[in-house]
Amino acid sequence: MTDPREVQAVAELTDVTRLYKMGQNEVRALDRFSFAFKKGEYWSIMGSSGSGKSTLLNILGCIDRPTTGSYRVRGTEVATMEDDDLSELRSREIGFVFQSYNLIPQLNVLENILVPLFYQDDPPADGEDRAVRLAERVGLGKRLDHRPTELSGGQQQRVAIARALINDPAIVLADEATGNLDSKTALEILALFDELHAEGKTILLVTHEPTVGVRAERTLKLRDGRIDEVRDNRAGVRA
Amino acid sequence: MKGTFGRTVRLGIHSLLLHKLRSVLTTLGVLFGVSSVIAMLAIGEGASKKAQDQIRQLGSQNVILRSVKPPEDPVSGGANTRISSYGLLDSDYTRVSTTFPGVKRAIPVRQLQQEVRYGTRVLNPRVLGTVPQYVDVTGRPLYEGRFISDEDQRRVSNVCVLGYEVARFLLPFESPLGKKIKIGADYFTCVGVLLPRVPVGGDQPQPGADVTGEVFLPLETGRKWFGDVQVKIRSGSREMEEVQLHEIIAEVDDPANVPLVASASREMLSRQHKQKDYEVVVPLELLQKAEETKRIFNIVLGSIAGISLLVGGIGIMNVMLATVTERTREIGIRRALGAKKGHIVTQFLVECVILSVGGGVLGVMLGLLIPLYVEHAFEMPTIVTPAAPILAFLISAGIGVVFGLYPAWRAANMDPVEALRHE
Repeated sequence: MTDPREVQAVAELTDVTRLYKMGQNEVRALDRFSFAFKKGEYWSIMGSSGSGKSTLLNILGCIDRPTTGSYRVRGTEVATMEDDDLSELRSREIGFVFQSYNLIPQLNVLENILVPLFYQDDPPADGEDRAVRLAERVGLGKRLDHRPTELSGGQQQRVAIARALINDPAIVLADEATGNLDSKTALEILALFDELHAEGKTILLVTHEPTVGVRAERTLKLRDGRIDEVRDNRAGVRA
Repeated sequence: MKGTFGRTVRLGIHSLLLHKLRSVLTTLGVLFGVSSVIAMLAIGEGASKKAQDQIRQLGSQNVILRSVKPPEDPVSGGANTRISSYGLLDSDYTRVSTTFPGVKRAIPVRQLQQEVRYGTRVLNPRVLGTVPQYVDVTGRPLYEGRFISDEDQRRVSNVCVLGYEVARFLLPFESPLGKKIKIGADYFTCVGVLLPRVPVGGDQPQPGADVTGEVFLPLETGRKWFGDVQVKIRSGSREMEEVQLHEIIAEVDDPANVPLVASASREMLSRQHKQKDYEVVVPLELLQKAEETKRIFNIVLGSIAGISLLVGGIGIMNVMLATVTERTREIGIRRALGAKKGHIVTQFLVECVILSVGGGVLGVMLGLLIPLYVEHAFEMPTIVTPAAPILAFLISAGIGVVFGLYPAWRAANMDPVEALRHE
């Protein structure tokens, strides 16, 4: 195990509890959860439904906040942030890849990739160049002016990945990123994640499919809002 | 957020174009609201301008006393030949012109029932006996020649001045100056032609006459040749009327004195006349009434316009609320990718304003076309004041903001987690 207090931790949760009110009952989706993801790591987050992995993903992605506890992204405390600052943090530090791609239908490929920069307070001047390079990087350099509806599922997911990388985020969060794809396309996307990992990106892959989960360097398994198991997949694969 | 506004507008247009029919239908409310405001204002303005012009032609500083035939006396109704004597008297004229304070000058007018003829062309215009000051008091401009002079008046000369329409009808191809015009049984030398005037409210065309118009004679000339008694021949009866003066036009020295002179005239006439065989017309009062009417008209128009714009605004709000629900997922995505609440508010507000301003612009265009059509098809004057389209445009933009705020606020305050889960 690595020390969670190390400086290079890009996403660090300390004693995070997230409560939901369901009518009279309180549901403890995360229960005094502490963990640190370090720069350049490739994790899969697994667990059955109700294990708290969606809640963890939402908190990691800064679209939800812990009820108690602390969450730091590159050292910045998120739990007590104002809504606008949280939005700004998302646009700078988080890259989302969703199961259903979630591209914006009225925008073309290039515009979709640029969306996170659009919402930054002080967007970089070379955003468009970067978007073009990223589109080429994911193999869609010739389809910049296509609409999402004109693309296949795998292509849409590639656009989504390019979009997740445009802001050079601290962490790339992939939520069942291969869930809607056929197995061949899924493998292509997973290969793309491998490449990104090799380039030093920090990737957190939420999935319930064990075959996908083992593609990551390490697996974090949740159960009832707590850590159930931490496993290093490399030993198994390499052995 | 420098330079992002243009992109937000482009994005809004993109989103609206995704549902072209819906967007167009949404703008219709504002479109018709705005166009009806502009069109109705233009038509109303034109109508009231026309009415005011007519009243001004009567002279806003004038008080007009007119003879009115009193209701028939039922007792003598059976007789088929009689003389009815009524109307303004020469003594009334003397009183008005000499004793009324505030009256600068007054002119008498007599109206004769005479046939006017030149060669084979015959007309029954209003033949008016009056004095040289008539043109000064009524402000009627000359077309050619001169009006009746003091000399004509003194000599009781056989001269006449034709109204433009009469001159054109009797002598279509030549100047009537110096020509002998036959009025009744005698010949009168034409000395001048007056410009046409816009028909004034009370002027009804003479029955049987296809041209309305006027012919002027010196007052005394008319009296000398035609007397005070006029014979009207109707089917089965001859009717004789004795009227000394048909009209007295009093010019008041100051507009402030007009009500004074008007009430003095009414007072004087009610004492001197046993029956109500007169009326007092005060153009200034008519003008004030016309302005009051216009004010009420404007209030009514404004309310109608307000209601139609309100309905248009509610239409936009309704569609935007549906759009927000429909695009919940998009809102969730945008929020997850870093959109602040302000961005979402701006995005939806911009779409509302594009809708309403688009409707406003189309409405202004349609609203400017309608008066053109009305003017062409119904020959009604219309006046588009420059303020009307500008105001309508600003109001439509305002509607977009006001009715867009709530949907935009709803969109911005969605929980991103919930919004992302929305199907």
